[in-house]
Amino acid sequence: MAAPVISARNLVKAFGTGDFAVRALDTVSLDIQQGEFFTLLGPSGCGKTTLLRLFAGFEMPSAGTILLDGQDVTVLPPNRRPINTVFQSYALFPHLTVAENVGFALKMQGKPRAEIDETVAKMLALVRLEAMAGRKITQLSGGQQQRVALARALAPHPKVLLLDEPLSALDLKLRKEMQIELKRLQHETGITFIFVTHDQEEALTMSDRIAVMSAGKVQQVGTPKEIYTHPINRFVAAFIGETNFLDAVGETGGARLTTGDLIPVEGVLHGPVTVAIRPEQLRLVAPATAGAIAATVRDLVYFGTDTHCHMALVDGTALTARLQSPASGDIGLSIGDRVGVLPMPGAAQMLRD
Amino acid sequence: MSAAEQAQRAKTTRNAWLLVIPALVVLMAAAIGPLVLVLIYSFLTPGDYGNVVWSFSLDGWQKVVVERDIFDDSLHLAEAHLTIFWRSVSLSLVTTILSFFAGFPTAWFIATRPANQRAFWLFLITLPFWTNLLIRTFAINQIIRNEGLLNTILLHLGVISAPLQMTYTEGALLIGMVYVYLPLMVLPLYASLERFDLRLLEAAYDLYASRWQVLMRVVLPIARPGIVAGSILVFVPCLGAYVTPRILGGGKLMMLGNFIELQFGQGRNWPLGAAISIVLLVIVMAALLVYVRAINGEKRDG
Repeated sequence: MAAPVISARNLVKAFGTGDFAVRALDTVSLDIQQGEFFTLLGPSGCGKTTLLRLFAGFEMPSAGTILLDGQDVTVLPPNRRPINTVFQSYALFPHLTVAENVGFALKMQGKPRAEIDETVAKMLALVRLEAMAGRKITQLSGGQQQRVALARALAPHPKVLLLDEPLSALDLKLRKEMQIELKRLQHETGITFIFVTHDQEEALTMSDRIAVMSAGKVQQVGTPKEIYTHPINRFVAAFIGETNFLDAVGETGGARLTTGDLIPVEGVLHGPVTVAIRPEQLRLVAPATAGAIAATVRDLVYFGTDTHCHMALVDGTALTARLQSPASGDIGLSIGDRVGVLPMPGAAQMLRD
Repeated sequence: MSAAEQAQRAKTTRNAWLLVIPALVVLMAAAIGPLVLVLIYSFLTPGDYGNVVWSFSLDGWQKVVVERDIFDDSLHLAEAHLTIFWRSVSLSLVTTILSFFAGFPTAWFIATRPANQRAFWLFLITLPFWTNLLIRTFAINQIIRNEGLLNTILLHLGVISAPLQMTYTEGALLIGMVYVYLPLMVLPLYASLERFDLRLLEAAYDLYASRWQVLMRVVLPIARPGIVAGSILVFVPCLGAYVTPRILGGGKLMMLGNFIELQFGQGRNWPLGAAISIVLLVIVMAALLVYVRAINGEKRDG
C-alpha cells in the first residue's frame, strides 16, 4: 500500500487536568491514503470533531503525533499546514465578496494577482458560482454559501481537506445535491477529503472508508460494506443501520438462542455472545419449516418500499424483519399470525460485546 | 380624484403639519435659533463691555486668521490663533489615536469574556462617568504635578533626580483627554467586536493568514463601523474640550473651547468668539461627513 498522506499516531487529547481530565480522544491511530474520501462517523461527543481540529492545528494533542506525507506536523500552527477546513458554520468573511473569500488564502500566501484571479475563476467554475463572484456573502443562500466555503478551502489546493459536518445546516433535498457535488469535487480535484458526520447514511453513501468512533476511540475502520456487513462490535452494529440483537451461547456450528434454536454462524466464538442480524436479512416462512425460528407477529409498520414486521419469539425476545412491500402493498400478514423466521446464509454475526 | 377626496386629503395634510409644530418649535428654540444667533453675532461689531453693537462688520471673521498691527495698521497672520487651532486639531487627533490603541485591546478583552462577565467589565469602563469631570481632572493634576504621586514615586525609586514638569504641558493635556474620552472609544468598539464571529479567526488562520494578517485583514475591517464611531465620539468633544485644557494647561495652553470662552469673557469680543464657534462647528461637520462617508462606503460594499 502507498504511504498514507496523513497519519495519526497514538493521539490523545485530554481537556481539564488531574482527576477532572476528560479524554476527548483516547489513543487514536489512523492512516488515511492519498485521494481517499475518508469519513469520521460517530455520535456527538465521540471525539470526531476534536480529531479534525487536531489535524487542522487548531488544537495541540496531549500526546501522540500527526504525520503529513511522513513529516511530523503535530505542533505546526494552522497557517503553516497545507490542510484546509470547511467549517460547519462556513465562517465566510462577511466583509469580502465571494471572489475575495475564495482568493483569501492565495492572497495571504502572497501569490501574484494574475494567479489569484485565475485560480478564483477556476474554483468558482468548479462550484458553479461564476455569476456570483462580485456578490456579498450575505446575498447568498445557504447552499451557495456552502459552495463558496468549499471553493475557498480548495483554492490553495491543500493536501488534505477537512469537512466538519458541512451539510448539517442544509435541508434534506439540498443535502442530497451537495453529497453528489462533494463526491464530484473530490473526484475532480483528487484531494484527500476527511469528512466528519454523525449521519450514518451520509457516511455509507459517500465514503471510500469510514472510521466509526465512540467515546474518544476508533471502534472500527473499513469500507462502508465491511462496516455494514461485518461490524466488529455491538456499538458499530447498532450505530450503522438497524440491527436485531439476540442473546445466545456460542457453540460448534452456530449460536444457541435463549429459545433453544440454533442459528448457523461462521467463525464461531464459544460462550455467551450477542447475535446481530440485519432486519432485511430475515425471511418469513411457514411456521413448521426446517431451521426456522418460531415467532408471532406483534406489529406491522408500512414504510412504502418495505414493511417492518415486529415479532416476538417463543420466550418473548423481540425481533424485527424488513420485508419488501409487494405491488399491492399488502404483505399478507396480520397481527397475531404465527410465522417461521429464517436468516439468510451468512447474515448472522456473532459479537463478543 | 373627487372634490370630497381632495378636501379630505388637504385636511389630512393640514393636520399632519399641526402635529409636527411642537417638534419644530423645540428644534427652532433649542438648535437652529441659537445657531442662527451665533452666526448673526459673528457679523456684528463688538460692544465696549461685551455684547454686540448692531452694525455689520467682518472684523470678527477677519480676526480669526489675521490681526491688525497696533502701530501701523498692517495686517498679518494671527499666529496665536492659528497655534490654538493647530493645537486643538492635532491634540484631538493624537487623543483619538491613543484612545484607539488603548481602547481596542480593552474592547477586545471585554468582548471575548464569557457573556455573563461582560456587564461587569463594561460597568468598570463606565464607572468614571459617575464622578464629576472637574474632580477627575483635578485628580489627574494631583498625580502629575511636581509634588504629585508620580513624581514622588519616581524620585524615591531614583529614576529621576528632579521632579518632571508634567503639568501645563501638551503631554498633560493628552493624558487628561485620553483618560476622559477613552470610554467613548471603548463602548462603540465593544459593540462591534461583541458581534464578531470568533470562528472567523480560525478560518483566516486556517487559510494561511499570519496573526498580523488576521488582525489587519479580518478583525479591523469587520470592526470598522465601531472604529469610525469611536473615533468621532472622541475627536468631536476633544475639539471643544474646555475643562481639561483649563486645568491641566493652566490657561497657558489654550484650546478652542478656552479661546471661545475668553472672547465672550475677558476678551469682550463676542463676534470673534461667535466666528470661532462657527469654525469649530465646520470642523466637526467635516469630521461627521467623513463618518457618514465611511458608513456609506460600508453599505455600498455590502
